[in-house]
Amino acid sequence: MSISAYASRPVSSRYRKAINYLRQYWTLYLMLIPPIAFFAIFRYIPMTYIQIAFKKYSIVKNVWELPWANNYGFEYFIKAFSNRDFLFALRNTVMLNVLDLVVGFPAPIILALLLNELPFKRFKRFTQTVAYMPHFLSWIIIAGMATQLLAPTSGLINIVIKRLGLDPIPFLNDPNYWVWTYVFLGIWQSIGWNTIIYLAALTSINPELYEAAAIDGAGRFRQIWHITLPGLRPTIVTLLILSLGRILSSEFDRPYALGNHLVNNVSNVIATFVYTNGIRGLQFSLTTAVGLFQSVVCVIFLVIADILAKKFGERGIW
Amino acid sequence: MVKSKSSRIGDYIVAFICVLLIVACLLPMLNLLARSLSSPDAIIRNEVLLWPKGLNLEAYRFVLSDSKYRWSLIWTAILTVIATTVSMIMTILCAYPLTYDKLKGRRLINTFIILTMYFNAGTIPMYLLLKDLHMLNKPIVLIIPNCLSVFNMIIMRSYFYTIPESLRESAEIDGAGPIRVLTSIYLPLSKPVLATLTLFYAVGRWNGFSDALMYMNNNRKYYPIQLLLYNIIKSITSIEITTQEGFTNPGLTETVQAATVMIATVPILLVYPWLQKYFISGATLGAIKD
Repeated sequence: MSISAYASRPVSSRYRKAINYLRQYWTLYLMLIPPIAFFAIFRYIPMTYIQIAFKKYSIVKNVWELPWANNYGFEYFIKAFSNRDFLFALRNTVMLNVLDLVVGFPAPIILALLLNELPFKRFKRFTQTVAYMPHFLSWIIIAGMATQLLAPTSGLINIVIKRLGLDPIPFLNDPNYWVWTYVFLGIWQSIGWNTIIYLAALTSINPELYEAAAIDGAGRFRQIWHITLPGLRPTIVTLLILSLGRILSSEFDRPYALGNHLVNNVSNVIATFVYTNGIRGLQFSLTTAVGLFQSVVCVIFLVIADILAKKFGERGIW
Repeated sequence: MVKSKSSRIGDYIVAFICVLLIVACLLPMLNLLARSLSSPDAIIRNEVLLWPKGLNLEAYRFVLSDSKYRWSLIWTAILTVIATTVSMIMTILCAYPLTYDKLKGRRLINTFIILTMYFNAGTIPMYLLLKDLHMLNKPIVLIIPNCLSVFNMIIMRSYFYTIPESLRESAEIDGAGPIRVLTSIYLPLSKPVLATLTLFYAVGRWNGFSDALMYMNNNRKYYPIQLLLYNIIKSITSIEITTQEGFTNPGLTETVQAATVMIATVPILLVYPWLQKYFISGATLGAIKD
């Protein structure tokens, strides 16, 4: 048929095509209704509540009818940044995330490299099995274990320390030690699990490269440096940049479970600040403003991270 | 290939480090187990390291006889089963249609869903929404608001992509509709990913407490076990609070605290070795994002 004949095809034929399509695929659309409804209700509608950040919240009024806040709606953002607790929470969030990154990012890589070097197959499987397990424990349970294990007088670690003649260390009760305990427990929980991705990437490295290097006289370390690490580069770069993009994000479980009133000045992060002041303190506008600030900054960082990843030649995250 | 001596030494050094790692992972649990099985005097005298002293099941008897704790364990198990089932059904309903290339509007729906991974409205907007929906302080708030994880959905969809289109096409020629194709072809072939995601959802729900803390704080009857545990751990020094928070009898000792944590961990430990073979393959599916 010529082009004009296509355009002038009878309309009923197009309807028939549409009806045929629907008759074939209507169940798929039906299946998609619950998920789409779920996202619409529980992910997108909450976004309309974000406007509270710019308005004075009142329980009796509907969200759409609330009066605008002062300073062109930015009153609560100004309040947030003048709030000492929030500034501490902001500082703590960044500090703890940076420490997690600096100490916790290389750890699974090193472990994956070590596991890769193990020739004892059964032992390797056993090590992996044990190492993955902490990932499946809730932070409450880990906090319970840590409280018992790291107690200043009765905890196992401090008993050993005292027998060595040193002073007991207040792992969870002193702000300075608490930060390191926090980071270390985070590594303890996630190191095994995070090796999975690196181990999977390691298996895709061509073994012939290793053989060729061995023939050329390269020892173990040189092989790792020149073959293994470059082979891991895509994975490392992608995950590193993703982690950088999350520098302002804040998990709730870990600081809440491990924190106590003695270390509040370091354990309070944005997530716990929002919980304490928002859900408990009922300062809805303030904490929504805080949450919005955090989400926007996160998106900006993720976009930057994506651009950086692509610049390094790796796939982005979209 | 014969290994050089220095290479073999290297092997043993690596093995030694792995042993240290194993010790570091198991030590806390052994210590906790030992404390839960010891007599309270031995604990106060700091005699308990890795092995129980004065073997004593009293702590377990005490904890398990407490009706609040028992109920919370049972309720959390029921909740986990219900929530995991709902989550798996929703995930399948979402992932499967998106594997049809010819589906009109697929791009739009994909974007609609994936956007939610990168921008979320925040804790308070969610709280206010649940308040307006009158879902606060009801058990359903532990099931519905977080039932569908985009990350898990992507894992399932990626796995579905690996099933050859030819199977679907031949089934369609035989007159099978999409649902029939799903139940007869895709689901039976997807056992690894179904097992993995079931594990992810179940562990997530068993370990979860922050949503109960925020959205169901006033309904103590339906506290998941982790939240109850948190209250118990935090209030070990104060007798009045312990009476209120979790236990009907006052006088918690450290051995009882250890026992409560141990009991809440047991389900995970039981399930773990059994499902371990599945999640390694399942987790790498997520790494190969399409």
